[in-house]
Amino acid sequence: MDEARITSYRDGPLLVRGPFRLEDQDGTAIDAGRDTIALCRCGKSRTRPFCDGTHRLVRFRAPSGAESRHAG
Amino acid sequence: MLVLPQPRGEISEAILAALARSVHPLAAPSPAVPIDPLSDEDLQLALYCCYELHYRGLPGVADEWEWEPSLLALRRDLEACFEAALTAAVPRPPPPGGPDQMDLALRAVADADDAPSVARYVERHATVEQLLELVAHRSAYQLKEADPHSWALPRLHGPPKAAIVQIQTDEYGNGDPARIHAQLFADAMDELGLDARYGAYVDHLPGSTLATVNLMSLLGLHRRWRGALVGHLALFEMESSVPNRRYASGLRRLGYGERATAFFDEHVTADAVHESIAAVDLAGGLARQQPALTGDILWGAATLVALDGRAARQMLEAWEDGASSLRIALPAGRGATPSSAPS
Repeated sequence: MDEARITSYRDGPLLVRGPFRLEDQDGTAIDAGRDTIALCRCGKSRTRPFCDGTHRLVRFRAPSGAESRHAG
Repeated sequence: MLVLPQPRGEISEAILAALARSVHPLAAPSPAVPIDPLSDEDLQLALYCCYELHYRGLPGVADEWEWEPSLLALRRDLEACFEAALTAAVPRPPPPGGPDQMDLALRAVADADDAPSVARYVERHATVEQLLELVAHRSAYQLKEADPHSWALPRLHGPPKAAIVQIQTDEYGNGDPARIHAQLFADAMDELGLDARYGAYVDHLPGSTLATVNLMSLLGLHRRWRGALVGHLALFEMESSVPNRRYASGLRRLGYGERATAFFDEHVTADAVHESIAAVDLAGGLARQQPALTGDILWGAATLVALDGRAARQMLEAWEDGASSLRIALPAGRGATPSSAPS
């Protein structure tokens, strides 16, 4: 894989596959410990920026595709 | 496994007596249908022994028994009994609107689970003794974690194959033997003062626990059940992160440290990744590729919920009565002192 692929999963996290560097706002690397990672999208994970499955508990809802700016 | 398990009835006695000798045609009694095949001690232990021949074998048992036709014929009868009980106990969940809705259909199966949560109990209330019992129950599967689902690999192709390989690669430690999940579980057992040798607790485990492992072997060994096997794995991965966080937090509450929690902590992050891959790419991918398997995928997921729920109820009921949830209680004082207990 030449470039990172980020997949947004319905009601779930963002999966990042491929070569990537994860860092904090100061540019310090955050060790992901694995090649494919799940980034929290619901905001409620206890291991942010990583997903820990909490979206299921809080019944997080979000489409897989982009939300329309004028929706709702 | 150190020695052959103790028989629990007519069938397991006939099988275990035969297996101790060199391979020969087995004259086993025709199994009668037990009252509750899903937790019957004799039936589930007999099946467990038959299946172990396809994993690492049983101690002192000749390898040739694995394919002895008379034993396979008996196993087929036992499986027919197990399958009939599963079919009767687990209704087929409603199909999704299309393969792109498979994640929602699987989630509906999980949401319909009304069994009490062992993980929640362990997080807040379990004693050290109860926690050790839970780990002994789980050892039946976790010491060969991922192995039954690996039987799906040669039966899949294309996108669902790539998805399951990605999951299994993590399960097997990404090439590092120390990170194989079964090894992490063995480390945790060791840290808790439990016997981490493969099969050490089989005699302790009730039929309802053996049934949860036999289910995976049944689905794994029969290609016709590949859809159900995929559904079983998908739901397993979808329902793993949060319970494992609770188990780890229960261990910490009781004073255990990193080596005991590593297995559970690893599953929180790994299965947060696997959840989406399993539901969408694996289960959804297989349904897209082979729509005829859609019903089986969801039923396989539902069988996991049903059998895990029965085992959980039995465990929690025993604990509520102040009793052991095992057939034989663990030796007193076993692992009762966390090595890193807070002062």
